[in-house]
Amino acid sequence: MTTNVQTRAQAAGKPTTTAPVIVLLAGWLIPGLGHLLLKKWIRASLIFVSILSMFFIGLALKGKVYSPNTAELLDMLNFVGGLGTGLLYILARVFDLGQSSVQIAIADYGTKFIVVAGLLNIISAIDAHSLATGRKAS
Amino acid sequence: MTISHFGAVLLFSLFTSVVFGITQRSEPRMMIRFGAFCFALFVGGTIVASWVMWLIKH
Repeated sequence: MTTNVQTRAQAAGKPTTTAPVIVLLAGWLIPGLGHLLLKKWIRASLIFVSILSMFFIGLALKGKVYSPNTAELLDMLNFVGGLGTGLLYILARVFDLGQSSVQIAIADYGTKFIVVAGLLNIISAIDAHSLATGRKAS
Repeated sequence: MTISHFGAVLLFSLFTSVVFGITQRSEPRMMIRFGAFCFALFVGGTIVASWVMWLIKH
């Protein structure tokens, strides 16, 4: 499988100088960085602005930042979504940003913004990985 | 920060559609088309669902 992907990437005439795993991790840690490493700076900047905006709008709406030590299944899934924002999630935890519980109705929107920002970042990181391996054409 | 329900829909749809467009299509032209399609579906779907809920209530 990997051989086929590498062959396709070589056939497309676009050998990547950065290892696909590095692109994947970079894209997860900082939104858009994976695409930036592949020199697709317009896509990188659009992804960066979109995901950061969603994350900070979520925080401004007093959204909840989920922690890993919960027993509820939905809380665990929301935690995984939030973790998708990579470095943003770590910063939010370190600086105690976000709420520990949803207290007003609009905060529920904020929580969804944060979780979806993480899920979108995971999609973006995988897209950058696919570009690096040649699985996605351009 | 306070935001209206419709404002939240527009912002959510905009940012999500941008990422969907970039990641789900290969050509820039198709990215824009797919992003616009997603945006219209998000906003249109929300408006339709809102009217359905209103009709159920009344």
